[in-house]
Amino acid sequence: MEKFGIGQPVRRVEDVRLVTGQGTYTDDYNLEGQAFSSFLRSPYAHANILSLDTNEATKSPGVIAIFTGKDVDADGMNDMPCMVAIKNLQGDPMYAPRRRPLVSDRVRFVGDLIAIVVAETSVQARDAVELIEIEYEELPSVVDTGKSLNSDAAQIWPEADGNLCVHFENKDRSEIEEIFRTAPKVAKVDLVNNRLIGSPMEPRVAIGDYDAISGTMILYAPSQGANRMHTTISKVFPLEPEKIRVISKDTGGGFGVRSKAYAELMMLMWAAKQLNQPVKWQGDRFESMVSDNHSRDNLTHAELALDTEGRALGLKIETIASVGAYLSEMGPGIPTYNGRRVTGTVYKIPSVYQSVKCAFSNTTPTDSYRGAGRPEAAFIMERLMDEAAEVMGLDPVEIRHLNFVPEEEFPYINSQNLEIDSGAFSETLSLALEKADWSGIDTRRAGSKKNGKLRGIGVGYFLESSGGRPQEEGRIRMEADGTATIMVGTFSHGQGHATAFRQIAHDTLGLPLDKMNFIDGGDTAVVSFGHGTGGSRSSQMGGMAVLLASKKVIVKGKAIASHLLQTGESKVEFANGVYTSTDSGASISISEVAIAAHDPDKLPDGMETGLDEKERYDRGELFNYPNGAHIAEVEVDPETGVVTVDRYSAVDDSGVIINPMLFHGQVHGAIAQGIGQALYEHTVYDDDTGQFLSGSFMDYCLPRASMIPDLNVGSNEVRCKTNELGVKGAGEGGCCGAPPAVVNAALDALKEIGVTDLAMPLTPMRVWQAIQAAK
Amino acid sequence: MTTVSMTVNGKKVSGDVEARTLLVEFIREHLRLTGTHVGCDTSQCGACTIHVDGISVKSCTMLAVQAEGAAIKTIEGVADADGTLHPMQAAFQENHGLQCGYCTPGMVMTALDIARRIPDVDSDTVRHELEGNLCRCTGYENIVKSIVAGAKSMQVEG
Repeated sequence: MEKFGIGQPVRRVEDVRLVTGQGTYTDDYNLEGQAFSSFLRSPYAHANILSLDTNEATKSPGVIAIFTGKDVDADGMNDMPCMVAIKNLQGDPMYAPRRRPLVSDRVRFVGDLIAIVVAETSVQARDAVELIEIEYEELPSVVDTGKSLNSDAAQIWPEADGNLCVHFENKDRSEIEEIFRTAPKVAKVDLVNNRLIGSPMEPRVAIGDYDAISGTMILYAPSQGANRMHTTISKVFPLEPEKIRVISKDTGGGFGVRSKAYAELMMLMWAAKQLNQPVKWQGDRFESMVSDNHSRDNLTHAELALDTEGRALGLKIETIASVGAYLSEMGPGIPTYNGRRVTGTVYKIPSVYQSVKCAFSNTTPTDSYRGAGRPEAAFIMERLMDEAAEVMGLDPVEIRHLNFVPEEEFPYINSQNLEIDSGAFSETLSLALEKADWSGIDTRRAGSKKNGKLRGIGVGYFLESSGGRPQEEGRIRMEADGTATIMVGTFSHGQGHATAFRQIAHDTLGLPLDKMNFIDGGDTAVVSFGHGTGGSRSSQMGGMAVLLASKKVIVKGKAIASHLLQTGESKVEFANGVYTSTDSGASISISEVAIAAHDPDKLPDGMETGLDEKERYDRGELFNYPNGAHIAEVEVDPETGVVTVDRYSAVDDSGVIINPMLFHGQVHGAIAQGIGQALYEHTVYDDDTGQFLSGSFMDYCLPRASMIPDLNVGSNEVRCKTNELGVKGAGEGGCCGAPPAVVNAALDALKEIGVTDLAMPLTPMRVWQAIQAAK
Repeated sequence: MTTVSMTVNGKKVSGDVEARTLLVEFIREHLRLTGTHVGCDTSQCGACTIHVDGISVKSCTMLAVQAEGAAIKTIEGVADADGTLHPMQAAFQENHGLQCGYCTPGMVMTALDIARRIPDVDSDTVRHELEGNLCRCTGYENIVKSIVAGAKSMQVEG
C-alpha cells in the first residue's frame, strides 16, 4: 500500500478526463434560458465621460438590456472592496478610493468598465457594445511607475495627493542610517521588477444566475476556491451567506489572478437578477490581459551595509510599487505586508529598513501573481548579494555561505520578527551547485567563446513564506458502501489535489485510492468553508485538515470496531486500514466499520449512525518557509543581444514531499514563469497616451517551449517543524529563484564587456544597447 | 446563414452557420464538442488545435465554411471507443504532461501531428515543433517528455 502513500509519484486520477477532452471548464456548459453579455470598456487611460447614449445599441438585433453605472448606482450596489488596510508609520490609513462596479463619471485606465450589454448571443452583445455612443474628454495620464509620484504627474484621485496611496515603512529609518554611516562597505542596486500579467490559459469567463424562489445569487466561474470568491461577493451583495452560491468546475490555471472576484462577475450576477435569467460572459484574451489584475511593477533602490569581511550589517530598501488606478482586493498588501515577511530572505541581517510607496497610476490594478511579494524580495536580495560579492571581491557563492542563517540557529527569528522553523541553506545551495556543475563553468565558457557567445552563471536563492490564510477545514465522510469521501475547502486548478489529498488520507485510513472520493471547495453549497488555493497553502492547510479529520474518523471508528469485535477499546489497534483485537486477533476493516456505522443495530447503544468527521485546522500565526537554490546558465550573443537560458538547475526545500511528480511539476511551472519575467514578459503602456500596448500574446511574450531549457530540479527535504505533515509550500519558488538567477547569469556573461546593470526583461534590444554603451 | 457539412470524429455532421463563424465556434457551440478550447484571439496559443484531413490546424484560423466536406478529428475522437487512451494521451498522464488541462487537448493534437511526421522525434525537435502551443502551468518540461515518450510508444504499438 506504500505505493499510494505520502512520498510516492502517484499518477493523477484527474488526467483521463482532461486528456480526452472531458474537462468541464466554465465555457463548456450553458444554463437553460441563458443570455450572453459583453462589456464596454474605456479606450482611454484617463478621461471624463461627458455623455453616454445607449439608444442605438438597445435597438441592435438580439439586445435584451444594457446597464450602465447609473443603473447600479440607482440600485445602491456596494463598491468593489479592497480587503487590506495598510498604514504608514504614524498610523495613518492608506487612501482607498471608491471603486464602482461600473463607472459613470470618469475612466481611470484602459479597460475600466462602463456598461454591460446583455443579448441573445455573444456576437450580438459584442456588436451592440460598439453602437453605444459615448463622448469623452481626455485628461492627462500617468502610466510610468517612476513618474507617478512626480509633482507634475497627472492626479488620479484628488484625495491622494501626489498619487500616493500609502507610504509604508517597517520602522523608523534612523537606526539603519546610523549603520550605513559607519559601514566599511556598501553594495547598491537599482532594480526594476517588471509589470506582469498572470495569463492563465483559460481566458475570463463566467455565468451569473439568480434563483428567484430562494433569492440566491449564483456565480459559475473559474476560481482558486469558491468560498474565497464568496467572501468578496458578500461585501458587494451583503446577503445571508447561503444566498450567495459560487460554483467553479475545472479552472484553466490560476496563479493568483483567478483568486479574485472581479467587477465583471458582480455585474453578471446583478444582471441575472434584474432580468431573471442566467447571463454568460465569454471574455476574450484581450479582456483577460487588460482586466485581470496585473502584478509586480516595482522600482527599488536597495543597499546592503557590509563589514570588512563581507558580512551583512544592515539592509535598506526603498520601493515605489504601482497599485494601478484603483485598489484591488489585496493590491497594496502585496508589496508591503506580503513581501515584508521575507525581506532579507535567507541571510542573517541585524537590521532591515523597508520603505514602500504605493502609487496610483492610470493602469490596471495590481494584485497577487505567483509569489506575490516574495519574488520581489528574492530579486532584491540576490541582486544585492552579487553586487556585494563584487564590492568585496568575493565569489558570489562564498558571500552567500558567509551570510546564510546557519542551521544551528533555527528556529530563527527574522528581521520582521517572524519565526522561521527550519532550513539548511548552505547545504541546499551546495546540492544545487553540484547539480549545475558549477565548477565546470570555465570549460563551458570557453566552448561558448569559440562560437562567439558569452556564457555566464548565476545564483538565485529564495525564501518563501507559505500558508496563506491560517484556517482550513477537512472532512472525511465514510459512506454506507465502505468508501470514503474526502472534502476540503482548498481548490485544485491544476495542482492535482484529487490525487495528493487521497495520498494523505490513504496514509492514515489505509483505503485504496479508488475507494476514496474527493470533493474540493468548488461549490459553496457543498463545501461551505475554506480559503481556497493560493500562496502554496493547500498541502499544509488542506493537507493538515484532511489528516486531522482522518484521525478523528479512526478514533470514532475504533469505538464501533470494539463493539463489533466485542472487546474493550483499549484492546483495539488500528493499522493499514484494519482494526484488530489484541485479545482475539479478530479484525475488521475500516470499510466494514463504515458499513456498520450506517446500521443502528450494529452500533453501541446511544451512538449516532454515520461516520463523518470534520476538523478545522488553525495554524495560528505561523507560516512555513520553503526555500531553494536556483542556478541559471545563460549564453549571450553579443552581436544580437539575445540571451538564452542554456542550463537550469534547482534544489528546493519544500519540506516533506507528498508526491514528487506533482512537486516537480510545480517547480517546473514556476521556473518557466520566472524565466518569463527575466527575459520575455513585459507589460507596456504608451507613455504619452497611456494606451495599453500588451493586449495579446503577440504583444506580451509568454515563454514558449523553445525558450525554456531542460529543467534539472531536485529537492532537499528539511521537515517543517510547525505542522505534523512536515510540508512546506512548493508553488512559488521558481518564480522567486529564476529572475535573479537569470539576471545574475547574464551580468556574469557580460562582465568582461563591462556591462554592470540590466533591467528586466532582458530583451535583445536592451542587452544589445547595454553592450554598445559599454563598448 | 450557410449550411456546412463535414465529418467529425468519423460522424457526418452539418449545421447552419454565419459566414463569420469560426470552425472552433462550430465545433464548440454547434456540435458541443467542448474539448477543443479557445485560449487567445490571435492564433498564438494552440489550445484549439484539431486535425483537418489528417493535418493539425488551429481551428480558430479557419472559418466553418472553409471546412466544408473535410474530415475533422478533435480530442474527443482520439481515445478508443471503449475509453482506452491513445498512447499519446497515456504518455501525457504517465509523464505528468498536464496540470490545469486547458492547453492539453491542443497539445495532444499537435503532438500526434509531430509523431506522424517525425516518429523518432527528440526533445529538442519537440521544443521547436511546439512553437504554436502555449502552456502556462508545466514549464513544458513534462510536455516535451510526454511527446517524446508518446511518439515512441506509437511506434511500438504501430
